[in-house]
This record gives sequence, C-alpha cells and structure tokens, in this order.
Amino acid sequence: MIEFNNLSFGYTSKKLLYKNLSLTINQGRIYGLFGKNGAGKSTLLKNMVGTLFPAEGSILINGMTPQKRQPSFLQTIYYIPEDVFVPSLTIKQYKNLFAPFYPEFNEDNFHTYLNDLEVSVDGKLNKLSFGQQKKFVIAFALACNTKVLLMDEPTNGLDIPSKTQFRKLIASVMFDDRIIFISTHQVRDLENMIDNVIIVDNGDLLLHASVASICNKLCFKTVTEIPVDAKILYEEKALKGTAVVMENIYAEDSKLNLEQLFTGVTENPAIAKQLFSSN
Amino acid sequence: MDFREGQAIYLQIAEYVCEQILLKQWPLGSKIISIRDLAIAIEVNPNTVQRAYDFLQQHEIITNKRGVGYFIEANAIQLVIAFRKEQFIENELSVVFRNMYLLNISTEEIETRYKKFIEQNFKEK
Repeated sequence: MIEFNNLSFGYTSKKLLYKNLSLTINQGRIYGLFGKNGAGKSTLLKNMVGTLFPAEGSILINGMTPQKRQPSFLQTIYYIPEDVFVPSLTIKQYKNLFAPFYPEFNEDNFHTYLNDLEVSVDGKLNKLSFGQQKKFVIAFALACNTKVLLMDEPTNGLDIPSKTQFRKLIASVMFDDRIIFISTHQVRDLENMIDNVIIVDNGDLLLHASVASICNKLCFKTVTEIPVDAKILYEEKALKGTAVVMENIYAEDSKLNLEQLFTGVTENPAIAKQLFSSN
Repeated sequence: MDFREGQAIYLQIAEYVCEQILLKQWPLGSKIISIRDLAIAIEVNPNTVQRAYDFLQQHEIITNKRGVGYFIEANAIQLVIAFRKEQFIENELSVVFRNMYLLNISTEEIETRYKKFIEQNFKEK
C-alpha cells in the first residue's frame, strides 16, 4: 500500500506544486496517472522513489519512507524514468552489477522478457537505439520482481510490435501483491490495462477512481440530443451526433474513453468532483 | 482483440467466451483458458478478465473449481443462447429494424438473404 498524507511539494519554497495531497494506492492493481505537460506527474513518481522529498506531509510505501532511502526499501521498488540511462556495459555486465541489489531478481524471466521484446545484443548497451535501451530497462525492471513498479511514459520510443509485447508483459506480471503505477500521455497504449485512473492538474488531484466505478457513474456514448436532466462532463460534435460523457442516469454499460474522460475532468473539475464526491 | 466502442470490455470478453462455447470451439465440461493467459492473449488487465469470468459464473455458464480453474457447465449452451438472445433483441435488433425501415427493406428480402448467409457461412460439413 502507498499512502500520501497531506503531501506538499514545490521545486521552490515559494511556489508549491502539490498542496495537501492525500491518496491511497492498493496492491493488486494497475494505476494510470494522467496530467497535462508540467502537471507534476514525474514529480510525484520521484517523490515516491525518494529522489525528491516532500516539503510537508509524508509518503509511506508498504510502511517505509522513501526519503530515508534504506536498502530494505529500495530493493522493493523499481522506477523506470521517461529517459532511461544505460552505462557503457554489456547486458551481462549490467546484470552482474545491478541485479544483486534486487533479491527477487529472476534471471530466467530476464532472458524471457529480453527475448519477448526482441532485445538481443552482444555489444555495449549505450550503443543501442533509444527504443532498444528502453526495452532493455523494462525487461530488467520486470525481472527484478519488486513489489512496486513505477513507470514514466513506458511506451514512449517503443515501436508498434513492442507496445503489444509490453501490454502482454504487464498482463503477465500483474500479481495481487504488486502495485504497478504508470504515468503517461499515451492513453490509447494502455487504456485496457488500467484498473484505477488518477488525474492531476495544477497540483490538484482531480480524480481518483477505479475504471469500474467510473463506468458506473458515467456513461460514454454518442447521442443525437443532449439530455437535459443529466450532468454533462464532456461533449464534442461528431459525425453521427454528439459524443458525450454524462452522468449515468440510466445505469448503462459503456466502454471507458480515457481521452474524453481526461478532457472532461480537466475542463470541468467541479462537475467531476460533484459526480465522484460520494466515493 | 479489437474492442468495440459503447460496451464495457468485460462484457465483450464474456461475449467472446460465449461465442467460443456456441461455436463448440470450447467443449462443454472442459477447462477453459486461465484468466492470466486470456489477459495476455488479448492484452487486457487480468482483473478485467476476472470480472468477465465472475459475470459468466453468476450466469452459471462457467464454474470455478478452486485451485484447478474454470470449467464450462454441462448446460452452458442453453444458458448462453438465452442470455445472448436477450442481449441481441435489446441491443442489435432495434438497429437492424431501424435500418430496414429507413432503407425500405422487406422482411422477405431479409429472409432470402438470411438463408443465403447461413448456407455460405454455417453449412454443415
């Protein structure tokens, strides 16, 4: 479990990015963190892994404080940044150097993942293309079998077959005792992988809800006439009518559209808060 | 797997399982693909497949034998047909009727086309 308790953070003491953020993350689920450029997504991840410290409040990850950077904590978490860095080492040298920090590291898994993502090299890692380096780091991170896996834009730089493989890998490593936390703009890449949606804007938590509860409360559909008695979170003229995200007053079953949800929530945060306040 | 707009993914997965049963790809009484393997195959979250299997279990189409896996019930076909028929009439037939009316297509023409379609696609070998 990850608990944010009244977290405040700012890069300068005058201007805070996050103010009094409280949020609970449970294991066995995949979380998707969404926000515009500069909304503070990566900042939140860095606070979770202990490379940035909260100004006030605290973060507890499975009872441990990231800020202390204790080895017993660091061996249970892996963070894949958006721009990965690999040193001038071969795969084997890299593994020999870094795998010992992760007691649950599984070498068989590592080779399977490298194979699945079609990363095979004999030379130095830093000579690889960006996409290949990224896939190498993903394979290594998954093989570490940490309880918490944080990923910042993991599908950036991946080609189309690699994105498919990435989704398959995530489905294969999602276990009940794990937390997978993904920050991304590429909503379509991961739309069907996510259990819980977190939307942040201007340091505010605008939405945190499971996909099931979102589809319970909201209906995503195309209508010819906009209903007057329902709250509308998002609307857009389309070829066959108007695409809407509206209050689910008729208890309809619809498919989540993350793009529309995101736009709706960031443009009408007050309506979103009203709709989800009973959570 | 390509998912349509407009219907929750877990229901589309449940529908896929039902179709495998109706097409006799998955025999009655047999063990079906595990939650994780199906999730990997169609690139969705295992929790979503879990939800689909829970739904099918509530409709008594499949059953969970603890520690072994999910099995197709002996009378699954009747249940699937009843369930799918209800859904078809509710969701799809109204669209077909609307188009038939708009395009002035007679029920006779539909009947002829229906027979031809069955002959072309589902003829007993």
